[in-house]
Amino acid sequence: MTEATLKVENLRTHFFTRHGVVKAVDGVGFEVHAGRVLGLVGESGSGKSVTGFSILGLVDPPGRIVAGSILLKGRDLRTLAPAQWRTIRGNRIAMIFQDPLMTLNPVLRIDTQMIEAVRAHDRVSVSTARERARDALARVGIPSPDERLAAYPHQFSGGMRQRVAIAIALLNKPDLIIADEPTTALDVTIQAQILAEAQKLCRESGTALIWITHDLAVIAGLADEVCVMYAGRIVERGTVDEVLDAPMHPYTRGLLESVPSRNRRGVPLAQIPGMTPSLVNLPLGCAFRERCSRATETCLTDPPLYNLGGRYVRCFHPIHVQDEAEASG
Amino acid sequence: MSADQAPLLELRGVSKRFVKSLDTAARLANLFGADARDQVVHAVDGVDLAIRQGEVVGLVGESGCGKSTLGRLAVGLHAPTEGRRFWRGEDVATLTPEARRRTQLAIQMIFQDPYASLNPRMRVQDIVGEAPVVHGLVGKDAQRDYVASLLERVGLDASLMRRFPHQFSGGQRARIGIARALAVKPDFLVCDEAVAALDVSIQAQVLNLFIRLREELGLTYLFISHDLGVVQHLSDRVVIMYLGRVVETAPTEVLYAQPNHPYTQALLAEVPRIDARHRRFAAIEGEIPSPLAPPPGCHFHPRCPHAMPRCKIERPALREIAPERFSACHLNDVNDGNDPPPVAAAPDTEVANEA
Repeated sequence: MTEATLKVENLRTHFFTRHGVVKAVDGVGFEVHAGRVLGLVGESGSGKSVTGFSILGLVDPPGRIVAGSILLKGRDLRTLAPAQWRTIRGNRIAMIFQDPLMTLNPVLRIDTQMIEAVRAHDRVSVSTARERARDALARVGIPSPDERLAAYPHQFSGGMRQRVAIAIALLNKPDLIIADEPTTALDVTIQAQILAEAQKLCRESGTALIWITHDLAVIAGLADEVCVMYAGRIVERGTVDEVLDAPMHPYTRGLLESVPSRNRRGVPLAQIPGMTPSLVNLPLGCAFRERCSRATETCLTDPPLYNLGGRYVRCFHPIHVQDEAEASG
Repeated sequence: MSADQAPLLELRGVSKRFVKSLDTAARLANLFGADARDQVVHAVDGVDLAIRQGEVVGLVGESGCGKSTLGRLAVGLHAPTEGRRFWRGEDVATLTPEARRRTQLAIQMIFQDPYASLNPRMRVQDIVGEAPVVHGLVGKDAQRDYVASLLERVGLDASLMRRFPHQFSGGQRARIGIARALAVKPDFLVCDEAVAALDVSIQAQVLNLFIRLREELGLTYLFISHDLGVVQHLSDRVVIMYLGRVVETAPTEVLYAQPNHPYTQALLAEVPRIDARHRRFAAIEGEIPSPLAPPPGCHFHPRCPHAMPRCKIERPALREIAPERFSACHLNDVNDGNDPPPVAAAPDTEVANEA
């Protein structure tokens, strides 16, 4: 296989707060290839967004990347000086955020913002930059892009605003786009439109995409590979079909069984007891231990990330579908 | 619907319009020949809804379709601009004040945001226990025990009742909101996006609580949500709204298996599902029009793949197309309503493989 567009190894991002060290990301590793979609799934506080911010070098104090490497096409981003970082951010790696109202400047017209983004990385004339901005808007399906360039962010609807954010991410033809819950605030029909744009983008331009979400169903439709995060760590990683059809980590399985549409109507959902632990004082050993039905004494020590033929699972007692079939049959 | 028994709650032809009047500047401008008018939002436009005792009705729609306004009309938090509201067959507007007060207690609401809907300066004991004491359901001296029993019922530790809302997690706050609604012994709960703000694993816990409470207390729910999966799981019957109007209502299994209205079909086809892998998303065109200026005729016609000239002029009526099934679409006149519209695709066939 060719070199990965992005390879993250043993990434640790910790926040040094008054209440103690919050290990928001604690030993995360994955890789994404050109034209592929990696889904990063987890509930609130699982560290999925901080992982995204870390890749872009956007972690603010008291947070700090304390260990690990972030290799973009073989080049370690962690060794870069701030000025070098700026040549990467928005150029080779772009990010799409959950709330486009917060990422677009409300007092500048769309064209001003887009031309600025182009000219920050490329020595081109304003008219060329404007041309590129227009093309990017057209590519994400904004009707009459020429007129819309002169509009302000508040003149767009939520879905259109998110398209503008995607268009800005596309401007410099990045190698990698990180999308952090970009459709969570949108309606179902608008979400489908945005997902369609994202798919088209990967197919046509070979951009690698990291899609951060809490919605397993979106991942099922969009991603090629998936990483499930819990309490700052990846607990399971594999292709979408493997992970969703035969989850091996008890947490992944619990999550899948909690999603209503898979279950029969009116029947109580299988639920995961308890709630996500505080990251300030995680329980000893496996962070999921206290909510897990398979936990034993062994789980009091830290489970390593086992590699089971291309699949990774951080559990001493992974679920094997065959075993269960034998046990019940 | 059995004719001998009146529905628990019925809304007949209710509309709710929100009017933004002109300010002084605009009125002055009008004197000089400008043509500024009041802005009118038809949040709910002529909706009939009957909910039987013990039924769970799911109300689905996208943002701005008026589903929350309809929920508030059902509870009585908004007075309808037009139309009437019946409780156990009696027009609420004609009830005596005493009977109306009892009706108000019998219908309770659970709000979307478990952070904003609890008073941050009140202890849980007062949040949950205030209403039953005020309404004389329990004495002041029995309040503590009463609150304790309610908290246990919704799965919270009763020893936490002296705490403030900020000391609880999102899922626990949702439970406090439910306990508060249950405190006045209601028959009917309107749940407005009650699980939307929760993580998947916590959402499952709260949904299970709703199912258990319904069995234990014989409650009736109007469950408002944009999440079709949640609604499918919980509801007996589903009502789909689009721009202030009901476009389709049917029993849950039928609606999900054979959606009739083109909007319902599009909605169901576009819901991401776990068993639909690597699908090619093909979204319906366009966006939800502004409720300030809804399109004439059928509100859905600008986005509808089957739109006919008639759809641009005439508003389709919500007609019974099969027992218990209602749909507002002119296509049902074309083919007698026996089949879903011709190009109807069941959601399963939408799972297009990349191959």
